[in-house]
Amino acid sequence: MATIIIALGSGLIFSLGLVISGMTNPNKVIGFLDVFGKWDYSLAFVMAGAILVTAIFFKLSLKSKPFCADKHSLPEKVEIDKRLLLGSALFGLGWGWTGFCPGPALLNLSTNNSSVFLFVVSMLVGIIIFQKLEKNINSKDLK
Amino acid sequence: MENILYPLGGGMLIGLGSSVLFMGIGKIAGISGILGLTLKKPVLESLWRYAFVIGLIGGGLIIKLLNPELFEYEFKFNALDYIIGGLLVGFGTRLGSGCTSGHGVCGISRMAKRSITATITFMFFGAIAVAIRGAL
Repeated sequence: MATIIIALGSGLIFSLGLVISGMTNPNKVIGFLDVFGKWDYSLAFVMAGAILVTAIFFKLSLKSKPFCADKHSLPEKVEIDKRLLLGSALFGLGWGWTGFCPGPALLNLSTNNSSVFLFVVSMLVGIIIFQKLEKNINSKDLK
Repeated sequence: MENILYPLGGGMLIGLGSSVLFMGIGKIAGISGILGLTLKKPVLESLWRYAFVIGLIGGGLIIKLLNPELFEYEFKFNALDYIIGGLLVGFGTRLGSGCTSGHGVCGISRMAKRSITATITFMFFGAIAVAIRGAL
């Protein structure tokens, strides 16, 4: 139960942060990515602010265990591989093309706009396609 | 100066949200992964994921009810753009094991070289996509 409340609370705080930061406005995001054009640098401070807070609390938390779990769930992979590079490139292209990344897209569902629905449904389809392929691919091949 | 206050403050809240999840239950607030795994893992294992997504979407609904002016921007592109964009983001984030929250915030905060590399890569290709659109 505590686990669910913590996760719910985290999602709520996250949503507030995303809206206030401007990340939910796809035009602002595109302005930030318009590095070769009219660059709006202000969203750089979103990541700066987030990392500042997160780095401190993560370091603190890693000294012991989480409040309501036995251990931290950290990613196993450490090395950079082709999947990481290709996946990030594809994600970046989709992000720059629409101004949406997963969190902001979900939040924008509250606008009841068909473009958002199209994006979110397509995003879910993209996720499912990958997860189905992942089952069939021998992970050793695509390192 | 004012133009960076909301991004900075919002970013710090994002950091707080990520910290609550990590300090509380030891999980990384990577939205693409959380969303993806709700579709993959058994329901009982994913209860916290559902709760997080409900908090995220529900929070948005509440904020929009209280402050609708925060959502007054246009979605300028056409249906095909959103379909292709969505497919790229969905597939790409899962292939690359993360997005702006997972890699950009949590990963970089841990000084993980995978995340630093991923973030540089998706930022670069994001800029490329914007540039391509500008050239068309």
